[in-house]
Amino acid sequence: MSDLGEIVKKSIKEQGLPLIEETKTKLPLYISVRELPLRFQFGTSKIQKFFEGLKEGKIYMTQCKKCGEKFFPPQADCPKCIESNMEWIQLSGEGELLTCTMIVVKPSTYTHYDNYIVGIAQMKEDVKVLAWLKIDTPEKIKPKMKVRLTTVRREPEGFITYEFVPI
Amino acid sequence: MRDVAIVGVGHSKFGNRFDVRIDELAWEAVSEALKDANLSAKDMEFLVVGCAGGWSAESLPAVLCSEYCGTLPKGSMRVEAACATSSAATAVAYNFVASGYVDLALAIGVEKMYESPTPVQIELIGRAGNYFWEFENFGMTFPGYYALHATGHMWKYGLKEEDLAEIAVKNHYYASMNPKAQFRKKITVDTVMQSRYIAWPLKLFDCCPLTDGSTALILASENKAKEITDTPVWINGIGASTGTGNLSKRDMFLKLEYSGLESAVEAAKQAYKRAGIDYNNAAKHFDVACVHDCFTIAELMAYEDLGFCKRGEGIKLIREKQTYNGGLIPVNIDGGLKAKGHPIGATGGSMMYSLTKQLRQEYGNLAGREAQATITKGRALAHNIGGTGHYAYVTILSLEKPHR
Repeated sequence: MSDLGEIVKKSIKEQGLPLIEETKTKLPLYISVRELPLRFQFGTSKIQKFFEGLKEGKIYMTQCKKCGEKFFPPQADCPKCIESNMEWIQLSGEGELLTCTMIVVKPSTYTHYDNYIVGIAQMKEDVKVLAWLKIDTPEKIKPKMKVRLTTVRREPEGFITYEFVPI
Repeated sequence: MRDVAIVGVGHSKFGNRFDVRIDELAWEAVSEALKDANLSAKDMEFLVVGCAGGWSAESLPAVLCSEYCGTLPKGSMRVEAACATSSAATAVAYNFVASGYVDLALAIGVEKMYESPTPVQIELIGRAGNYFWEFENFGMTFPGYYALHATGHMWKYGLKEEDLAEIAVKNHYYASMNPKAQFRKKITVDTVMQSRYIAWPLKLFDCCPLTDGSTALILASENKAKEITDTPVWINGIGASTGTGNLSKRDMFLKLEYSGLESAVEAAKQAYKRAGIDYNNAAKHFDVACVHDCFTIAELMAYEDLGFCKRGEGIKLIREKQTYNGGLIPVNIDGGLKAKGHPIGATGGSMMYSLTKQLRQEYGNLAGREAQATITKGRALAHNIGGTGHYAYVTILSLEKPHR
């Protein structure tokens, strides 16, 4: 992105317009002068307990007190009962790996991480969770292998999230 | 409800289209469709523009396309259903005509992905799930989501990376004949196997490209259709379904009892019911199909989700080359998303363009006789998935009017 910014400046200086010749196709391109940085913000009021839990090293799901439906990610409203009476249940962390992938080509905001493995596991509490699987030897990954879900600080940013580790 | 037919189709060249803006790109497809139906822009009574957007500058593509294509002041809207956007746009246009609101509607699909750099496109497509729980902390990518399915299928049914490679080989083979396709080169299993991993176990040649492109379909009521053409292609059934945002909530594939998209199964069953087709023996009802092969694994899952074979037997169809032209059911013999290209908002329209030409037996004029399916049943199927089974649209096209 910033590369493009430099190109825009240079082109305007040289020819008065942010026009370039595209490298592969050699076609003329107008590079927008306006760069739009996006950082979204979303409310957490209804599931604030989940985030408070993370700070204490706990991972919570919710369960509707009326129909028993379980939710992970946790949610505050049950669409079936049209009620908002949830029990917050801490996950034990015990799970079985159902599938996984290793992300090699990363999104633009993830390029500073090494290749990462994302897995989905069936948890003992009968919900499924998607998270990174931290494993030194990916070749040892097996269907239904036992994993533990645990909170962790994600470096280099240092924020708290959760991940799977092999048992 | 009235019967609705496709009476005109248009399709731009797919690929990296730095030579045109979004409205100019739409016009390429619209102008072809208008000529195909021998109509003018002023005849169009409503415009539905499928455009997923996000990576391109224009926020109101439906307005830009209406103005450039000369349909002002007719009503318009933009429709989004991720990669199934133009099937959704077609479903909306279908309902405008079927309900009697208008006699002629134009469904455009258009996408200009290369207005943003590639890493930004990867980022935006990766966010197409349940953002906070899949992307914010875990950086999922679109190949990553389908890779989760590929791993599931390998663990459950013994699928091999080489099997997936065979799907890429087939689709590149047919794209080599399609002048509108992004990739025109044939490849081998080795090409795929030697390409680098994008999201293990999927490699570069398991993945569709990023694409700019447009399509246009003109939909007409029965009376109007008969005035316009001798070979209307009727919409016999549309099925639509929505899957969970978060992949971890998909019961069927995660229990390792099943590896497919529940939404695709549901959409297929709806469409089949409307067209009077038996799900368990679906392949025999169609001359040709276009399925959503954004990744090779997606085509394999489609065989099973559409009832072309039993669960777990998709591998057999590939190994026996049953989805080549002349096989049990020819699939993606226009090159598919995999090699023809996947301009998110135009992909379903592209399927229906190919299938309309196939049913009219005109596809051979475009791509050569080897790519023209034999038309005996007069029926074709488009299977268009948005996201990773987040949206599913199945559309059945036929030379015969729907039976009621």
